[in-house]
Amino acid sequence: MTTPLTTDHVELRSGAYADSVTLLQVSRSVQATPGVVTAQVAMATGLNLEVLEGMGFTVPASSPNDMVVALRLEEGADAAQALAAVDAALAPTRPTSGDTTVAPPRTTTAALRRTGAGAVALVSVPGASATVEAMDALEAGHDVMAFSDNVPVAEEVALKTYAASRGALVMGPDCGTAVIDGVGLGFANTVRPGRIGLVAASGTGCQQLLALLHHAGASLDGVGVRHALGVGGRDLSAAVGGLATREALRRLDADPDVDLVVVVSKPPAPDVADALARESDALGTPVELGLLGRGQRDLTAVAEAVLARLGHEAPAWPVHGADNTGPATGPLLRGLFVGGTLCDESMLMATDVLGPVRSNIPLSEELALGDELLVDDHTFVDFGDDALTQGRAHPMIDPTLRNEQLARAAADPATGVILLDLVLGHGAEPDPAALLAPEIVAARRERPVPVVVSLVGTDLDPQGLEAQRDALVAAGAEVHLSNASATRRALELISRSEGAAR
Amino acid sequence: MTDTTIVSVGADMFADAVAAQAVDVERVDWRPPMPGTETDLAAVATDPRRPEANRRAVEAMLGVTAHLVDVAPASEVLGLEKGQFLHAGPPIEWARTSGPLRGALMGGAALEGLVDDPEDAAALFESGSNVSLEPCHHRSAVGPMAGVVTPSMWMWVLEDRATGRRTYCSLNEGLGKVLRYGAYNDEVLTRLRWMGDVLGPLLQAAVRGTEEATDVTGILTQMLQMGDEAHNRNRAGTLMLLRDLSPAMVSAGSDAGFDGKDVADVLRFVGGNDHFFLNLAMPACKLALDAGRDVPGSTMVVAMARNGTDFGIQVSGTGDEWFTGPAQVAEGLFLGDYGPDDANPDIGDSAITETAGIGGFAMATAPAIVRLVGGSVPDALATTRRMHEITLAENPRWSVPVLEFQGTPTGIDVSKVCRTGILPQINTGMAGAVAGVGQVGAGLVTPPAEIFPKALAALAARVPTA
Repeated sequence: MTTPLTTDHVELRSGAYADSVTLLQVSRSVQATPGVVTAQVAMATGLNLEVLEGMGFTVPASSPNDMVVALRLEEGADAAQALAAVDAALAPTRPTSGDTTVAPPRTTTAALRRTGAGAVALVSVPGASATVEAMDALEAGHDVMAFSDNVPVAEEVALKTYAASRGALVMGPDCGTAVIDGVGLGFANTVRPGRIGLVAASGTGCQQLLALLHHAGASLDGVGVRHALGVGGRDLSAAVGGLATREALRRLDADPDVDLVVVVSKPPAPDVADALARESDALGTPVELGLLGRGQRDLTAVAEAVLARLGHEAPAWPVHGADNTGPATGPLLRGLFVGGTLCDESMLMATDVLGPVRSNIPLSEELALGDELLVDDHTFVDFGDDALTQGRAHPMIDPTLRNEQLARAAADPATGVILLDLVLGHGAEPDPAALLAPEIVAARRERPVPVVVSLVGTDLDPQGLEAQRDALVAAGAEVHLSNASATRRALELISRSEGAAR
Repeated sequence: MTDTTIVSVGADMFADAVAAQAVDVERVDWRPPMPGTETDLAAVATDPRRPEANRRAVEAMLGVTAHLVDVAPASEVLGLEKGQFLHAGPPIEWARTSGPLRGALMGGAALEGLVDDPEDAAALFESGSNVSLEPCHHRSAVGPMAGVVTPSMWMWVLEDRATGRRTYCSLNEGLGKVLRYGAYNDEVLTRLRWMGDVLGPLLQAAVRGTEEATDVTGILTQMLQMGDEAHNRNRAGTLMLLRDLSPAMVSAGSDAGFDGKDVADVLRFVGGNDHFFLNLAMPACKLALDAGRDVPGSTMVVAMARNGTDFGIQVSGTGDEWFTGPAQVAEGLFLGDYGPDDANPDIGDSAITETAGIGGFAMATAPAIVRLVGGSVPDALATTRRMHEITLAENPRWSVPVLEFQGTPTGIDVSKVCRTGILPQINTGMAGAVAGVGQVGAGLVTPPAEIFPKALAALAARVPTA
């Protein structure tokens, strides 16, 4: 095996020891030294001697406790340099840093092993993976808030059925808002704590109530929210049947620090609403049901009923920038919303005044809007709907789509009034008014289309309610805290316009 | 609702929003699952049977204690007949076998006297007449590397006394030119004959003559605290076995007609083979994992095995079905002049150790092993921690001192592998690709990723429709 151009160097090191794994590594590193053709550093066991022999080395008489250093060097190569490489490779190495950093957990299960028993899982992965992460939490006995949307309803039912068997709560999927012990999850407003418990099958509906009660609480004793438990927009549908609402009610009823429970929801399935009413009556804690629907109260009226239950008269809900607003510039009302429940509420009110209106979340199927989102009729668009958020962020984070539609609506000569919402709180844009105000200015540049905005937030929110409001007013909008009040104002302007009677 | 820790999985902005409220947030480093698995993952996640099924499978596995109850020829304990060959891994026909498995089968045929010269055995297997191949796993057995078992080979017999279930494994030949690595020269056959004539019968006398049956699971507990991970490092385990069997080897051995030289030969052979205990660790793992089989809805892997061509897994909730893909070549260090081109793809039933939560999964307790890929001690700790991401439980009996005596990660979850893309880490020896060569190195290897989505799809297909 030896060629004339190489020389072998074999030495025994008695008393030297390293384990075979280390020695394999040493051999490999010495083989990489310049001038070394091949190298084998090994304990002189029978097996290793055989290997060395197979490589063409001649090993002197040895015992298994000797270390053999066998080098095959290129002609003229420096053996000392190769032996130095052996010594260097055999020298014990110490890690340069005491780095024992533990890698972050890769699943919700793994994360929950590192937290305490009461931890809540906040799931906002893409909808196709949300159920799997949520199940992790439920299996470990934890509550879940699932912000993720586009989760199949069958998976929602499966999650909530399993949760019910474990006494766990599934807030969601498609749950925008929750406040637990004062901690806001998802899109949540910062509010004064109190003794009211909210159950919300509606994220922005929940935020509207939080904002109104917080405003009222500024001047009234004992008005504040202890928990706001979201349940997901579909919870009171026939398919889901209020599974999470039932668990949320049970929790709040059992909480000695909750005096009054309020349930808010998008329009529920009638059977589910009936069952919920019966079950609420059976609880020890009084329940105020604020379920949206034809002929039902709006959210502001629900807030007023809550205040009345607590023995208070409702304050006047604030309005700013009314001076900005002139008459409607055309016959049609354009509602452009980021909040689905706010959109629902406005549509229900508009239908009472204007008759059926068109929407991408229509009150009945024949009123559905196509992809164009703008037709020759009163239109209400919810930009937070699943179909419009697939593959992009929620409009509370990315307002691009709504801003584009705002420009199109303003350019349509039939547009008489534009009705918008803007929602503050944790999770929302740090300065949403700064993004919306220039669009309002642009929309009103050609003709002064009235722009009525419901600005949902509190003075404790990170964005600051006042600064946001002032920016919108300065841009030419009329700003309400109550969406019902803003809608009423928009409807009044449209009704007064000539073309309103279609 | 009084503890305010939040676990956030998904958009960072929501975690940030919670952190901004001065609340503790544990962030999940979430990444999309293996491509195309979302629907199956959701179906399996919401299978109402799954949580309880996995709990039962894990509990059954952890509840098993393996006792060494006998040593006997495969013809007796497995009913193996002349011409019947067991091998490692999932089922395979001769035409697709790799070099080391061929070499071992050829050597086995010569050992059984089916041919005089092992080289003549190839034609015998090609013709397929009077010979049959069957996985060890189908006979409650496991075999390291090629895993070839023939009727005359002596087998360890392990028993779960609670149920009477038994598992089997051949006796370890040592390293280098050995049958399980595909070598079949005279030296190999001579050693095998000695093992049949002396080693097996003497061990039988010793095991039968030892008053209290050796608790193999218990030895595993101890060796894991002594630097062994029980797959590539079995030194402590081997010595503890010697400690348990030596007295009876001397006393019962002489009763059985073995002289002092035989006993000395056996003691020298066992003591000189650091891997001797591997062949007890493996059937102990199989005995435990078999207890977790056939639980409908369970996503726990109950076997990982390779035949040198295919890597296969079996899962509790899918019965005896094998999910297979191409076996990978290990990364590691090579003996002598051998290099990656000389190595055969992964082979052997020994990945049963990782399936049970030791071997590569217990890397943290045997830091020396991580050097097989040029790693460091922190790498070893990280590997064991990483395996907790894809397992269902911790084994309270098998704990790792350096990780604060945390139990080893146990019970591989098909779903978690698909979700995280983290593949089970296996420590392994490498056989030469050419029949007859023997061992060429050792290193680390993972299963082919695609077998986990295959198993997941089968689990999803079995979810009862509501």
